[in-house]
Amino acid sequence: MRLILTLWLALTSTAAFAAVDIKQVTSPGGIEAWLVEEPSIPFMALDIRIRGGASLDLPGKRGATNLMMGLIEEGAGDLNAQQFQTRREELAATYRFRAGDDLVSIRAEFLTENRDEAIALLRDALINPRFDQDAVDRVRAQVLSGLASDAKDPNTIAGDVFNGAAFPDHPYGSVMDGTPDSVAGLTRDDIVTAHRNALTRDRIYVGAVGDITAEELGPLLDQLLGDLPAEGPALPQDIDFGLAGGVTVIDYDTPQSVALFGHAGIKRDDPDYMAAYIINELLGGSGFESRLMMEVREKRGLTYGIRTYLVPKFHAEMVIGQVASSNATIAEAIEVTRAEWARFAKEGVTQEALDAIKTYLTGAYPLRFDGNAEIASILVGMQLTGLPPEYVINRNDLLNAVTLEDVNRVARELLRPDDLHFVVVGQPEGLEPTD
Amino acid sequence: MLRQAIAACLLTITPLAALAEEVTTYTLDNGMDVVVIEDHRAPVVVHMVWYKIGSADEPVGASGVAHYLEHLLFKGTDTLAPGEFSATVAANGGSDNAFTSYDYTAYFQRVAADRLPLMMQMEADRMNNLRIGEQDIITERQVVLEERNQRTENNPGALAQEQFRAALYQNHRYGVPIIGWKHEMEELSLQDALDFYDLYYSPNNAILVVAGDVQPQEVLALAEEYYGVIPAEPDLPERLRPEEPPQRAERRITFVDPRVSQPYLTRSYLAPERDSGAQEKAAALVYLAELLGGSSFTSAFGKALQFESQLAVYSNAGYSGSALDDTSFGVTVVPSDGVSLSEAEAAMDQVIADFIANPIAPADLERIRSQLRASEIYAKDDVQGLARRYGAALTQGLTVADVQAWPDVLQAVNEEDIKAVAREVLNRDQSVTGWVVASPEEAK
Repeated sequence: MRLILTLWLALTSTAAFAAVDIKQVTSPGGIEAWLVEEPSIPFMALDIRIRGGASLDLPGKRGATNLMMGLIEEGAGDLNAQQFQTRREELAATYRFRAGDDLVSIRAEFLTENRDEAIALLRDALINPRFDQDAVDRVRAQVLSGLASDAKDPNTIAGDVFNGAAFPDHPYGSVMDGTPDSVAGLTRDDIVTAHRNALTRDRIYVGAVGDITAEELGPLLDQLLGDLPAEGPALPQDIDFGLAGGVTVIDYDTPQSVALFGHAGIKRDDPDYMAAYIINELLGGSGFESRLMMEVREKRGLTYGIRTYLVPKFHAEMVIGQVASSNATIAEAIEVTRAEWARFAKEGVTQEALDAIKTYLTGAYPLRFDGNAEIASILVGMQLTGLPPEYVINRNDLLNAVTLEDVNRVARELLRPDDLHFVVVGQPEGLEPTD
Repeated sequence: MLRQAIAACLLTITPLAALAEEVTTYTLDNGMDVVVIEDHRAPVVVHMVWYKIGSADEPVGASGVAHYLEHLLFKGTDTLAPGEFSATVAANGGSDNAFTSYDYTAYFQRVAADRLPLMMQMEADRMNNLRIGEQDIITERQVVLEERNQRTENNPGALAQEQFRAALYQNHRYGVPIIGWKHEMEELSLQDALDFYDLYYSPNNAILVVAGDVQPQEVLALAEEYYGVIPAEPDLPERLRPEEPPQRAERRITFVDPRVSQPYLTRSYLAPERDSGAQEKAAALVYLAELLGGSSFTSAFGKALQFESQLAVYSNAGYSGSALDDTSFGVTVVPSDGVSLSEAEAAMDQVIADFIANPIAPADLERIRSQLRASEIYAKDDVQGLARRYGAALTQGLTVADVQAWPDVLQAVNEEDIKAVAREVLNRDQSVTGWVVASPEEAK
């Protein structure tokens, strides 16, 4: 069965609109997908996510899922790594395989004229990867090289320290890529186990956009994914954000300090999520007009950029932000950030500011639908967060329905300046650590 | 009202040109070029103004002024308060930004198609009516210094690359970083910025690119209304750049920074860029980069260094023909654990020598040819990318005809073309080799 929705996206007050028809497709074998048919350019984009990801790493095997996803493109069936890639290049197809904290992603783009061959090759990679020992060793060396680089990167150091303190004894608290020791110890058997656990049919989400019909997509999905194992292991438990307010300084000899900061956040399915989304945009969103951008950059010249983010993960939620400033000025940047956090919570925003951000957000929404791969990513993201297809039609109405009272009430609950913890990497002047 | 109306709707016979986007071009009476790219899939438009002025056109001693001025263009005009430009774009549901390179400075907004007139009105306004206060100058100078900190000072690889580029270009301003040398950025004044603005931000030095759900005739009428009334700059100087003297000996640098995580080496060779009506060498260099170090699995570097000898954990060759003046061809090798930079470099040079000496497998050539052909199909999905393609080309000495010929020029490259550019360009006497290490002990 399939449901056809036509999306009329009102842009500001005029009648500009975009049509995005989302078709819900269920394959003969029972795999569900969302599809937007866009036949004007002869190629398609597929975006597949499977929940679980690196959180399924077994004890002592941290990094196994990440290494496994790096090896998916290193040979399958009768083809070794170089033969597999030669074939992919001949087809001018793009495959991207990535591990994430909570999922693995498989993204592909291929021409209509090569569709059958591109799907057959991708199927081999997903179902029959070889995991040859020489490939395991070669990709392991690449992962270790990346870890060595991360160990000297201020932003990565800050993130690792922040997550480790916020989520002890949970997969979110350790680096998905593993440690040099854990990666060095991974065997081919560990990779095979990670593949068995991470690529399963029971928690798969698919977005497809481009030159393909619903009738063609179903059989394609069965061919591509139908032979994956039916079920995977249990997902991890939820965890509370465990880091109290304060300042941690990691000494690192570099001219500009980087700060990662945050506290507990709001769940994606919370009724107040849309209000929180608006608050984040006003406080530290993507534009040049956010409170923090105005106060830290435009008025004081303390940074090139400051952003905040709502991070509703599957098992925990945070509000986090990032800023970088010279060692001499980072303390001031942090002081201003904390003060603006407090002012927003205490005073809220004006009706005028709320109206302006609504105009921006409702107008900007349809501009996201600007390419086959971009739309496929939106479709799969909506499914992962449990949103219905109608959301693309209703979303701007939902956003417009948020009142000034909602925003200011949620700001008081969500933004807690005393709970903010700053992890600073650099040699900040005049900044006292609390731990 | 038109000086020229070249309704250039590409009805040529070759297959790739037939794939090309719908493009219409004009030139206004005041000299401003107009390029319209139609894409009616969504009611969205990208509006860009490109100035034929970049960091390589800056006066000596004022490095970074082109990029600094780009920031200042958001600081208000006679009728717009500081920040009001971006705020107005946002209030209309759009987003805006700008970028500066060696050869151009460009401003763009992405917005619902019916908001195009407002975007043009504001962009035309700041072409002529910029008003900047002394305090804006000081605060924004701190912002660009923090930008330099973030991009360069905090990144040893970027600091190293800056040194290598300065060594490759000893006379041409491509050797000076776009963002500027820190000591010169600290001294940039309001007058430096205004001098630059007054001379170069003029319609006869600008290109308007509008891409999306628009009709060319409507765009032209709007362009006449908003940009057509701005007088041309009579004193716009000819764009003369100093040329590099012949390089007669290879240059080598060892860059040491304790923040480097693992040693690597990189080499840049001076190389020709795409020239109007003569893009064949550049096209052959695109193939050379792909064959030598494009794919880790199938390129000459990948096969020899990552698979056979396993001396490298990463290898690459890269080339972009997009430049007004001579560009560069770059190669990079990250040695495997326990392999010295000298060993890695010797192995890399052996691969290059073997490549020049031996025939190219026809299947390798065909695979790259078909990937380049496919990339033209994928590119049609990204209208902003197409807009950038035209804007960059037209500020770098190419024409619309050159842009449209490029895919077919690429398809026509043969083995002898590639061998010829390999012999010409891969000459260590016209190169800079950089070693990047954490300590002097690693430089061996």
